[in-house]
Amino acid sequence: MLAFIIKRFVQSIVVMLVVGLIAFVMFRFVGDPVDQMVGLETSIEDRERLRETLGLNAPLPMQYWNFISSAAMGDFGTSYQFKRPVADMLGDRLPATLELALVSAIFALCAGIPMGVFTALYKDSVLTKLFQAISLVGISLPTFLIGILLIYVFSVQLQKLPSFGRGEVVDIAGWSTGLLTVSGLKALILPAITLGLFQMTLIMRLVRSEMMEILRSDFIKFARARGLTPRAVHFGHALKNTMIPVITITGLQLGSIIAFAIITETVFQWPGIGLMFLQAVQDVDVPIMAAYLLMIAFLFVFINLIVDILYVVVDPRIRIEKA
Amino acid sequence: MSMNKETDEKMSVIARVLDSDIWYSFTRSKVTMVAALVTFLIFASALFAPIISPHDPFDLASLSLMDSLLPPAWNAEGDPNYLLGTDDQGRDVLSTILYGSRISLAVGLVSVAFAAVLGITLGLVAGYMGGRVDAIIMRVADVQLSFPAILIALLIDGTVNALVGGMDRERSAFTVLVISIGLSFWVQYARTVRSSTLVERNKEYVQAARLIGLHPFLIMLRHVLPNVMGPVLVIATINLALAVITEATLSFLGVGIPGTQPSLGTMIRTGNDFLFSGEWWITFFPGAMLAALVLAVNLLGDWLRDALNPKLR
Repeated sequence: MLAFIIKRFVQSIVVMLVVGLIAFVMFRFVGDPVDQMVGLETSIEDRERLRETLGLNAPLPMQYWNFISSAAMGDFGTSYQFKRPVADMLGDRLPATLELALVSAIFALCAGIPMGVFTALYKDSVLTKLFQAISLVGISLPTFLIGILLIYVFSVQLQKLPSFGRGEVVDIAGWSTGLLTVSGLKALILPAITLGLFQMTLIMRLVRSEMMEILRSDFIKFARARGLTPRAVHFGHALKNTMIPVITITGLQLGSIIAFAIITETVFQWPGIGLMFLQAVQDVDVPIMAAYLLMIAFLFVFINLIVDILYVVVDPRIRIEKA
Repeated sequence: MSMNKETDEKMSVIARVLDSDIWYSFTRSKVTMVAALVTFLIFASALFAPIISPHDPFDLASLSLMDSLLPPAWNAEGDPNYLLGTDDQGRDVLSTILYGSRISLAVGLVSVAFAAVLGITLGLVAGYMGGRVDAIIMRVADVQLSFPAILIALLIDGTVNALVGGMDRERSAFTVLVISIGLSFWVQYARTVRSSTLVERNKEYVQAARLIGLHPFLIMLRHVLPNVMGPVLVIATINLALAVITEATLSFLGVGIPGTQPSLGTMIRTGNDFLFSGEWWITFFPGAMLAALVLAVNLLGDWLRDALNPKLR
């Protein structure tokens, strides 16, 4: 058990080092860092001095080590375009993305689970057909198209909801939140639905298939035979047992939500890290790109590690297989 | 005589197809038939875009700014010349959609082919060779699988564009897109092919081939490969829809196909700027085309998966 955790942990560190290497290569070789930082008038001596202070004359493995160790301490260098530390810029924009991701995950769960349960219980209902049609559309329509559609209906035609930005935000201990003002909440609705729709269809399909399988199992038959009410059987026994895979998948999808936020944030001009990353890609602002890459990689590796360890803790069958 | 034999063989192929389980399940599912028809129509119209388009959207001489932002023809201000209206540069929306779906499909098909060739090769090698080669390839695949494909495509695309930069970007956009989408989709093929190869390589025909001293390369190519291709077809179909979505998304985000020869995603990006001033048709029609294409291909892929899965029969 401990050996497995250590092994997974070492693997995660190796993955992070490899991603760090990619980020380092990007930072070092996509354009010259010194050229990006100074103006045209800077003399060659000044450039050389900057080169020396940045440590760009050290041997490459040494430079890689410096890059990794300062990144590990949260120093990602200075943005070429904004001349500000990348870590500060990420910090400013992180709340927006996290709030959006959180609300859309809650939306996906709150809509997806009931729809999944309903379609599993009433297979021939008209509503089931409707839900399945929605899920097919949710999987087939690209995220940005859903966003544009929502904007057209609710912002252009009905003029009920804002189509861009976060609305009014309140600053609480350095965390700017839009959850406490009316305009902030209104601004959150459309982006959260856009981002959450795909996850919602995923959860709905998962709950449906898990639920249908569990409803066929012996312990459900036994529960029915004991004369429990359908309600107790469906929700107390069946739904409870579908929750384990649902929670795992939702956890694993959290990283995806933050990655897909790039698209949603672009459509709605939501001032989060995804929009910042995309602008950095267009302007070739390599420090921001590298920092974003490292951050997302860390998030994914961390989530995967936790899920893997939880699996072993929860499911004894995996433990036997490994041993 | 030989002609006769050939026609006989042809007949028997058609007869075999008409007699097969797959054809039977195809004719039983109305949704699949509609999806196939839609897919066929979109492919055909994309292929013959230069012939059937009423205008040539890339012929700068025929464009006139006087004709820009015209609504569809059934509208009072519309021009019967431009059935679905015109965009901000005076390009006919219908023609641009036909040409655009041509580009979208080309990117989709080529990148799926690229991903498939890469994935199949690595999967075959990993499964047949085993050992350290297998471990390295599959480790890379595991790591890549934990990131969403769109993110990987966006990163590769962004980095390469940064390296190429400037004017060359317009010419290299297609290649860059194909490479970044292809590199983000190969894992699925590799994993599937590897697991079937692991089963196949212990079978007697492979052992026999090895005994007569065939080169491992030849065994993989001629003997193992044909027997592991089944599931690849299903993945490729579903992947085509995904690749088209990815291309559209990247183009929409402004890092894909540039506006001079727009794909469907680029057109939606352009139209998005005009949504608030009421010119909905620039976005709507390319969007509808994209949705129809992806939905139809997805439905075909779902059907194919079920039809080829012996467990569900």
